[in-house]
Amino acid sequence: MNRALPPPRRDPAWLGRLFWIGAALVLLWPMLVTTEFRPWTLFSAESRGPTLRFLGTFLPPAVEPDFLWLVARETWRNVAIATAGITLALVIAVPATLASTRVLSISALSGRMAPLPAALRQAVRWALVLLRSVPELVWALVFVRVVGLGPTAGVLAIALTYGGMLGKVYGDILESGETPATQALLANGSGRLQAFAYGLLPQNAAELTSYTVYRWECAIRSSVVLGFVGAGGLGQQLDSSTKMFAGGEVATMLLVFVALVALADRASTWLRRALA
Amino acid sequence: MKPARVDNVANAAANRPYRLPPPLFDARCKACWFGLGLVVLVVASFWSLDLQWAAFLSRDAAHSMARFVGEFFPPDVSPAFVRKVAVASVETLAMSALGTVLAAAGGLVLALPASRAREGDRALARAPTRLLLNALRAVPELVWAALLLISAGLGPFAGTLALALHTTGVLGRLFAEAMENASRGPADALRAQGIGRVRVFLYATLPQVLPQLVSYTLYRWENNIRAAAILGVVGAGGLGQLLSFHMGLFQMGKTATVLVAMLLLVALVDALSYAARRVLAR
Repeated sequence: MNRALPPPRRDPAWLGRLFWIGAALVLLWPMLVTTEFRPWTLFSAESRGPTLRFLGTFLPPAVEPDFLWLVARETWRNVAIATAGITLALVIAVPATLASTRVLSISALSGRMAPLPAALRQAVRWALVLLRSVPELVWALVFVRVVGLGPTAGVLAIALTYGGMLGKVYGDILESGETPATQALLANGSGRLQAFAYGLLPQNAAELTSYTVYRWECAIRSSVVLGFVGAGGLGQQLDSSTKMFAGGEVATMLLVFVALVALADRASTWLRRALA
Repeated sequence: MKPARVDNVANAAANRPYRLPPPLFDARCKACWFGLGLVVLVVASFWSLDLQWAAFLSRDAAHSMARFVGEFFPPDVSPAFVRKVAVASVETLAMSALGTVLAAAGGLVLALPASRAREGDRALARAPTRLLLNALRAVPELVWAALLLISAGLGPFAGTLALALHTTGVLGRLFAEAMENASRGPADALRAQGIGRVRVFLYATLPQVLPQLVSYTLYRWENNIRAAAILGVVGAGGLGQLLSFHMGLFQMGKTATVLVAMLLLVALVDALSYAARRVLAR
């Protein structure tokens, strides 16, 4: 007589779940008020009309040869801004990584790091934190003031923010790996660059490259965003087309953009698999 | 005597035949072609952009840069303005948190059709749902916000929706992967008892993946606070709106205050999320 018990009809933990749902709603309420969260305004008469009209113009997407040529040129410009930005970011990140990596410290081989190198490394780290905490859009707004509208501001903005990010993550990757080989090289009198090139780099090259490729993909996405503050590229066109309610153009550019991101995603996945 | 064995030992002891390394410029050498392509891409990028280094590196630019940075000081700390910045900060925080919560709910709803519930599940909706998630994810928050301004009007509501849409795409995909990777055992056991799909999900799959889903959501919240801080540049509320307004009027002291508030807010959310993850990991 050991029939399985029938499953209980009621959730045994219902009281706790009810409490947490209630608590979440109480927390959510002030947020709904602060963000003026009124979904019904989306369907009110004065917003429904323009929205439907704008969405109606999405079809058919604009495919005039002139416009397609323009979109192709702006798309390349986005890729170019991202590539140039990442290249300059490497110019910032590689020296900063070399200067801030603890593994490459000679004084740290025998106990504590000497105070001066320790202070230098900490200073470089703080500089990197500062570079990457300012969003790239804010850097772009600043540089648009100095160098004027155009891709220069976008490239510089990406270079600074991504330089900070790459520098930090490179440092983390190098320090999380195995260090005895590098330390043996340093202890036997090799220079820091030699120890880096023959000890640290070969071990971590695949991971470093794969992170760089991933960041390049992110940079393409943010180069489009930078277009909205005047750095050129698809973003700028998208901004002006939206303001003129040219739905067909917006539809084409969104499609191109989704395709571009998918392509960069595919390329970066392929590269990372090839490196692994 | 066992000649075969001796033979084996002799083979193992002999040196391997020496092979030449592959020639450097081999047509099949993938790395060389990749490196070449990379160099071409970088050179073409710099060449086609006509970057104004002259304008940036000239003495004039250095002067105007220095003056520009100098104008940031002193930041405006009059009580009235600080109060305004505080209100905008709270708005930004609420936008990011609500956007993330909505996205977690939306991502969970979309992750169900986007994942295979069991071995041999045909999951007809999997491919179209993943396409939708990818499209949501590919369009950045700022672009969503610019498009949503038309129907939601200026203000934080458009920004919240924009964050929610983009993050739904990101979280939906991550959630779907987490559910597919969860161990099938508990779900199969419940299914064998004849329990319905909804309860199998609620009592077998969800409890397994919940910690992972929460940690993904917290991580996205850290990203969203950064995004929410700048969404206002296109008019979607929060600190970004103050920033672009005062920068447009060249009131650099006020701009500096807003920037400091942004940095503090990002640091605060990072700390909160780190603490929450520590508590969850315990």
